[in-house]
Amino acid sequence: MKFLVSVLITILLSFGACLYLPWWSIALVAFIVSVLIPQKAWISFISGFVSLFLLWYFLSFWISANNENILAHRISLLFLKSDSPYYLILLTAFIGAIVAGFSALSGSLFRFTFLNKKLKD
Amino acid sequence: MRYLYFVLSFLFSISLCLILDTRLLLPAPLGKLLSPQHGIWQNAESVTEDFSANFNFEGLEGKADVFFDDRMVPHIFAERENDAYFIQGFLHAKFRLWQMEFQTLAAAGRASEVVGEIALNHDREFRRLGMVYAAENSLKEIESDSKTKSVCDAYTSGVNAYISTLTNSTLPLEYKLLGYMPEKWNNLKTSLFLKYMSYDLSAYENDFEMTNAKNYFEKNDFDLLFPLMQDSLRPIVSSSTVFSPAKVLPKAPPFADSLYFNFLKQVTEAEEIYKPDPANGSNNWAVAPKKTRAGAPILCNDPHLGLNLPSLWYEMQISVPSFNVYGVSFPGAPSVIIGFNDSCAFGFTNGGRDVRDYYEIKFKDKTKSEYWFDNKWIPTTRRVERIKIAGKPDFIDTVAYTQFGPVMYDNSFSGKYINSGKNYAVRWTAHDKSNELKLFYLLDRSQNYNDYLEAIKYLKTPGQNCVFACKNGDIAIRAQGKFPAKWKGQGDFIMPGFDNSYAWQGMIPEEETPFEHNPSSGFVSSANQRPVDSTYPYYLGREYPMYRGFYLNRALSSMQGVTVRNMMSLQMSNYDAFAEMAVPIILKNLNQSQLNKNEFGYFQELQSWKFNTEANSIGATIFDITWKKFYNNVFNDEYTDASKETLRPFQSTLLEAVLKDSNYKFIDNIFTDSVENLRQIITQSFRNATVECMKLEMENRIAWGRYRNTQISNLLKLPSFSKKDLFVGGGENALNAMKSDHGPSWRMIVNLTPVTEAYGIYPGGQSGNPGSRYYDNCIDNWSKGKYYQLWMMKVYEQNDLRVLHKMHFEGI
Repeated sequence: MKFLVSVLITILLSFGACLYLPWWSIALVAFIVSVLIPQKAWISFISGFVSLFLLWYFLSFWISANNENILAHRISLLFLKSDSPYYLILLTAFIGAIVAGFSALSGSLFRFTFLNKKLKD
Repeated sequence: MRYLYFVLSFLFSISLCLILDTRLLLPAPLGKLLSPQHGIWQNAESVTEDFSANFNFEGLEGKADVFFDDRMVPHIFAERENDAYFIQGFLHAKFRLWQMEFQTLAAAGRASEVVGEIALNHDREFRRLGMVYAAENSLKEIESDSKTKSVCDAYTSGVNAYISTLTNSTLPLEYKLLGYMPEKWNNLKTSLFLKYMSYDLSAYENDFEMTNAKNYFEKNDFDLLFPLMQDSLRPIVSSSTVFSPAKVLPKAPPFADSLYFNFLKQVTEAEEIYKPDPANGSNNWAVAPKKTRAGAPILCNDPHLGLNLPSLWYEMQISVPSFNVYGVSFPGAPSVIIGFNDSCAFGFTNGGRDVRDYYEIKFKDKTKSEYWFDNKWIPTTRRVERIKIAGKPDFIDTVAYTQFGPVMYDNSFSGKYINSGKNYAVRWTAHDKSNELKLFYLLDRSQNYNDYLEAIKYLKTPGQNCVFACKNGDIAIRAQGKFPAKWKGQGDFIMPGFDNSYAWQGMIPEEETPFEHNPSSGFVSSANQRPVDSTYPYYLGREYPMYRGFYLNRALSSMQGVTVRNMMSLQMSNYDAFAEMAVPIILKNLNQSQLNKNEFGYFQELQSWKFNTEANSIGATIFDITWKKFYNNVFNDEYTDASKETLRPFQSTLLEAVLKDSNYKFIDNIFTDSVENLRQIITQSFRNATVECMKLEMENRIAWGRYRNTQISNLLKLPSFSKKDLFVGGGENALNAMKSDHGPSWRMIVNLTPVTEAYGIYPGGQSGNPGSRYYDNCIDNWSKGKYYQLWMMKVYEQNDLRVLHKMHFEGI
């Protein structure tokens, strides 16, 4: 339950933050959410990872679908040297995920180090 | 331990963000670029994007509406003229901002700021050519005219109004990829853009290569290799025209024969020269009512320019109470450039005349602060150019200006040349004050022949053949521009700049501009050929393409009851008049008994070829390769010891020579004891060619469209942003003048019937955004030779089904 809540909150807050702040605000969001919602360190990592993977996957998938993949064809050739919009979407999702995952891990360790004397398990 | 885990994880997270936000480790800031709410995904425009919007900007005086049709062509309806130019600037920026800024940065010699050191040579070349100096001079003239000043100001405000709406997310894609921000627009940038076109169209000359040729050959050989006039020339202005005697009589300086026309010097002036493609040619013509089926004049124009994405052109209609014009505009400058209004139509082809000459300069010392002129040392004006380079310290270049112009090449800069240790100043008409914006300003409003004359007086550089037609039946063409009155041979070679004796002595007076107005032939036309025959009293240089003009004149002469459809097929004609003259010579002189079975197959293919350079033609490929081999076999031996940048004869010179004389002097290979004849060389060339043909056939590339290959390159040369391998017909000497990266950049036909009927197409799309469906949507139809009907919209048609979006503009 906690996991789902933290994933949902991370997704919503990340989307909101990115309307006004630079892209790396997803790291702040993931960090703060995992400070506020106590979870095991590795579960925090996964919740951050999953949140942004889902968010960036569906955002880029949605945008690209509406664009009939015109841009994704061109950019995937430029970045990945292969014409594969789908890999570009996966790469996008993975980059968001890895950043949010490690930020969430840091948030969890922060809580455990500075706020929570006792490590849960 | 806890601290350590936290610190490690925290540091890792921060570095991850840093790496993905910058170019420190990765070639691109992948996080920033791929964030769906910030990066490239934001440029992936929905295919059903709604462009409708309401805008309120300071500076707008009245109300205006813009209706976008199904090809995203905007139809601007404004109450005030200045608002129309404001909106034109806004739309250029909205759809083409990156391109217009990049081209003006390149014009100003500032490309290094964006792309880094790779562009330093380009930037130095452009600054030393005096591009900024030229743009500043023109801007003074533009701003001293209250009309063009207010047009320019309104345009600039419009561009900046758009720039002020940009956020990090809405920034055009290229800025994100290259990692920089747009600057505010200003009038100088508009002037720089126009100078960029002047460069593209009037900076082509052969002075260094020609000088090398002069130094290498004897006079008799030189005259044979570079003749002044060709028999097949059909000038723009009919040969029966009688010219009045010259008002300016330029005289060659004394001793020019020994000092200037000094052949066989065996010195190489320069090697490897950088300059615009000479294929920037074009066709235009107008047919008089008496020759058309509808009894109304028809005007056609297809300027051949570099084929790029985003396209050079942006199509639009501007309608204000005082005038109503439709056509293509340059993103970067106000007004419609080629198009039509409610009374007239107008178009251009390049004049191609030599308006850029070099003078050798002697400096007193390395400081370049004084130069030798009229037997004394005279101070130069020095202009310090600071070139910013992305990721590197600034580069400081000092350019000395003499009374001829900037010293482009000296001990500090030789371009791509091998340094000859000499200094060369450049004299270019584009340095002089001029206000070409006024030309377009007036032309867009012109209602009759006199208005047209008044407008094109403002065209100085680049000189153009301006074609015109009017609903009252008038048709006209003028070889307009500012051209130096030269003595015969002046400026063909590098000239001494130690006094005034080799300087330009004056300009050809406006009233001596070659022109035709309602000629009895019933048509006017130009295809970059020499505008006049040898009876014109001024020297016009040597090199002009003539085969498109030859065919165009013949085709138009033979036509009666002309329709728009006839004009389309003429514009799309792949007929090669050069081949028509050259192929019979090859066939006649080919020794068939020497051919093996394979070679004979190619011979039959060539024999049955009807001189059409269709995409699937094999004959066109065989001819092209054979002719190149023949040309090389004829001239290579003579050029063995010449430097690489010694001018080679024009293709027409060889053809005209062998048409007249089968014993043309250069046919003999000077390295053999025997004397080769035309028959031997042609047979040899053809057999050489078949070897290449067989190879092409195995690679499935023998079809002309694949062998010549045409592509439309992205301005950054990114392959996936370009359109490659277009299978299209046409060639250099066909009216459909398709080359590998040059071709008809805008095909337009205007039938000036009571309700104008116009057609046009350009190889690109209205949007400069590679993520838009309108980026390259017109290329397929352009390749197929199709046209779009151009819609001169009326304001009451705003509910027409073709209107997809509506923008409303109002002041604050």
